[in-house]
Amino acid sequence: MTHAIQPALDALNQIILGKHNQIRLATACLLARGHLLIEDIPGMGKTTLALSLAKVLGLGFQRVQFTSDLLPADIIGVSIYEPQAAGFRFHPGPIFSQLVLADEVNRASPKTQSALLEAMEERQVTAEGETRPLPEPFFVIATQNPANQIGTFPLPESQLDRFLMRISMGYPAAEAEKALLLERERRDLLAEVQPAVSPQQLLELQTQVKAVRVMPALVDYILALVRHTRDHSGLRQGLSPRAALALKRAAQAWALLAGRQGVLPEDVQAVFAAVVNHRLIAASEREGGAPNADDILARVAIP
Amino acid sequence: MKAATLSDYLNQVSLLRLIAVLALVLVVHLPSLPTWEAVLVVAGLGWRLLIALRQWQLPPAWLRTSIAVLSLVGIYASYGRIHGQVPGIALLMIMSVLKLLEMRSRRDVMVTVFLMYFILLTHFLNSQEIWTAGYLLVCASAITALLIDVNHPGEALPLKKILASGSKMVAISLPVTLLFFLLFPRIPGPLWGIPSDAGASLTGMSNEMAPGDISNLIMSDRHAFSVKFFDREPPPRERYWRGPVFDSFDGRAWKSSGISQRVQTPDVELLPPAVRYEIIVEPHRGPWMFALDIPDPATRPDKSFIASEYQLMKGRDVITRELHVLISHPNHILQKELPDLTRRVNLSLPRDFNPRTVALARQLQAEHATPEAIVQATLRMFRQEPFVYTLQPPPLGRNSVDDFLFKTRRGFCEHYSSAFTFLMRAAGIPTRVVTGYQGGERNELGDFFRVTDADAHAWSEVWLEGKGWVRVDPTAAVAPNRIELGLSEAMQDSGELPSFLQRGGLNWIRDNLTTQWDWMNTQWNRWVLAYGPEVQMDLMRRIGIEDWRGMIIALTVSASLILGIIGLLLLRQFTPARNQEVAVRLWAQLQKRLLRAGIAQRPAEGAGSFADRVALETPELGDAVRRAATIYQQLRYLEGATPALQEELARAIKAIRS
Repeated sequence: MTHAIQPALDALNQIILGKHNQIRLATACLLARGHLLIEDIPGMGKTTLALSLAKVLGLGFQRVQFTSDLLPADIIGVSIYEPQAAGFRFHPGPIFSQLVLADEVNRASPKTQSALLEAMEERQVTAEGETRPLPEPFFVIATQNPANQIGTFPLPESQLDRFLMRISMGYPAAEAEKALLLERERRDLLAEVQPAVSPQQLLELQTQVKAVRVMPALVDYILALVRHTRDHSGLRQGLSPRAALALKRAAQAWALLAGRQGVLPEDVQAVFAAVVNHRLIAASEREGGAPNADDILARVAIP
Repeated sequence: MKAATLSDYLNQVSLLRLIAVLALVLVVHLPSLPTWEAVLVVAGLGWRLLIALRQWQLPPAWLRTSIAVLSLVGIYASYGRIHGQVPGIALLMIMSVLKLLEMRSRRDVMVTVFLMYFILLTHFLNSQEIWTAGYLLVCASAITALLIDVNHPGEALPLKKILASGSKMVAISLPVTLLFFLLFPRIPGPLWGIPSDAGASLTGMSNEMAPGDISNLIMSDRHAFSVKFFDREPPPRERYWRGPVFDSFDGRAWKSSGISQRVQTPDVELLPPAVRYEIIVEPHRGPWMFALDIPDPATRPDKSFIASEYQLMKGRDVITRELHVLISHPNHILQKELPDLTRRVNLSLPRDFNPRTVALARQLQAEHATPEAIVQATLRMFRQEPFVYTLQPPPLGRNSVDDFLFKTRRGFCEHYSSAFTFLMRAAGIPTRVVTGYQGGERNELGDFFRVTDADAHAWSEVWLEGKGWVRVDPTAAVAPNRIELGLSEAMQDSGELPSFLQRGGLNWIRDNLTTQWDWMNTQWNRWVLAYGPEVQMDLMRRIGIEDWRGMIIALTVSASLILGIIGLLLLRQFTPARNQEVAVRLWAQLQKRLLRAGIAQRPAEGAGSFADRVALETPELGDAVRRAATIYQQLRYLEGATPALQEELARAIKAIRS
């Protein structure tokens, strides 16, 4: 099973250099049927990561650049009158693809954002009174630019919850950046990439994630972590049961990537920051009072 | 704003439960109340029940006040006062019901609940039997359950749950109760000044004997005392339990002349064999303590004395159950030398009574040379003439002895002993009446004798030159079975016995149950109720505590210990359950081993990460720890616990050489 995904990981690592952890997290997120939010400044390879994931995993890919005048119909699709057919025909929008890259999702109006997020949650779209299922697998990678916030509509906390993970790419290591500059253009490289996994295998892997064993001892650990956030004075509110479920699912996917049939506390720790950081809300605006994921991990003993 | 109503604090179900528990607590007192009050209490409970069910209004203040004042007057009218134990309980009962009728705030509810605990205590003033203790435990559990319920906001809790919690709390308090029972210093006499009317309803031997007194007494099935013989069990004809002795006759009743206060205790020669026994005397009216004829003065209990007629006496009425170990000597010579005063008193007769008996005495004196011969002749007369032993003798006239000896010839023990004593005195032999108990029923289960008022008896003592006071029982001459087999055997066919003494039908089942119940009661008396100051001091000395100081220290220390243990046990509920998983225990061993090598696992560090770090920092241990970590992970997170894996882990941990 692991071997099935290993070539994909290898291929991804060849395109995006020195970002093993991000690639692994993004893949785990996908296997766990979760959506991914990448928060970073432009030019860090967010789009490249999304594109290469689509390529390597053999997924249909659409990219939507979110702008303030983007309308829900621009994502979902629209019915257009066709004289030949003497009727309206639905033209599906970019959301009807297996991997959607929603670039700079915080630039669009809340209305458009919520159209996307609803589709993400329900995995189906209702347009003009008709419900249309989205393809399988369905995976949204949204990007956000944390630096230039002027004229943006930050995603509300409740909607951030829809993303299983939030990661940031970060600057490449010196070695990796050197290689990046010396070698061929990534985009050209990307064009040559062949799918390493069939859609069938991908669906199968997604099913296997659910079968990864979670023992009571591990659940105790997840609960201890969650409870710690709930009792913490520096946080406005603790992690929800949905967050606990997300943590479990992500850890299962991570364990599957590592080729284990059960989840270890280390798996939980590996995905914890990505799953939890965007769900923690500080009690005060002041920085420093609120713990981040690493603080929590260091504080909570493994039962 | 709407005024707060009772329903804000107490929902309907809890209110009904409160009424039910109050009824449970009050019901046992009902029979001892005057009828009007019992009716009022029941009516009050019923009224409150209807108010709760029909949503009626509570009675207005003026009505409640009137009822309260009227009840006060009623209690005064019934008892002649409103203080003291019995009227006090009556007052408490009526007021608790009135409280129920004015219950509208949370405070009222709490007052009512705590009042119930208090009412519960008052039951002990009336009865201290086993069932009282059982009833108290049941009630205490119910009240505690109610307390839990009324303190729980919102919906009533499930009945089963609160009863379980209530009983649990009462059960938890039992060790402390036991401790206080054993160690709380017992002060001789009532500690809190039990009111002077305590024991008002008791019966028992009285300080005079008139015809019909004893036959009335035997109608009550009151338990008088229990006796356990230690080595030798005296035969029935020796089982005379000496009680009040009467030396003065007024023509109708025998009384004590009161010379015992003026005459010194007589000399006595005690002959073997000695009988050693333990006696538990039930409370009764009177200062007599009852002992087998006659007690060794050396073994008399504290605060008791031997009166001049050799009764074992206490300075005051026996109002609490008392346990004593005594030695008696059935063979004895009592008062070889008869003081003049005593002789005169024991020969005196009322003037102008019973002329025919006096004539008979003269005749006996003339016919027989010695007092012994006169006694024997009289007994022969009782045996040979048609005398009848009966519980229902015909009434006697002014010359009661004449009437009895020459006309009716039907009588109970008091008639025989009275007539015999009169006759002997008239014949010049110092004689007196002795009352007490004779016989007793053996309880096979507990190997003890139970003596009840049905065993009450009267006999005589004559003083003979050289022999002292000699017991003569004229009843034995008439009805030998009374002495050998007991009253119920002697009278079985007469149809005169009270129902509890009759045999036949299903009574053997009853007798059997009675035997067991008596046995249980005796154990209860022996171990619980007879635990007075002397027994406590004795027990304390045996465990090395010499005085109250030691007792209080022991009490404080043990109570603190018990409370501490209970507290710890309760605290445990709030701490996470100790993880008893084998893997965890084994892993703790590994941590301990590695700690000796200065390597500590951080609490937030998974076994795998820890093994990796060990491998990095202390490469020579790396492999072994990694191996153990892998098995540990298998056990806890991957495969679950299997004995094989656990063993493997244990081996892997042993393999780590630190």
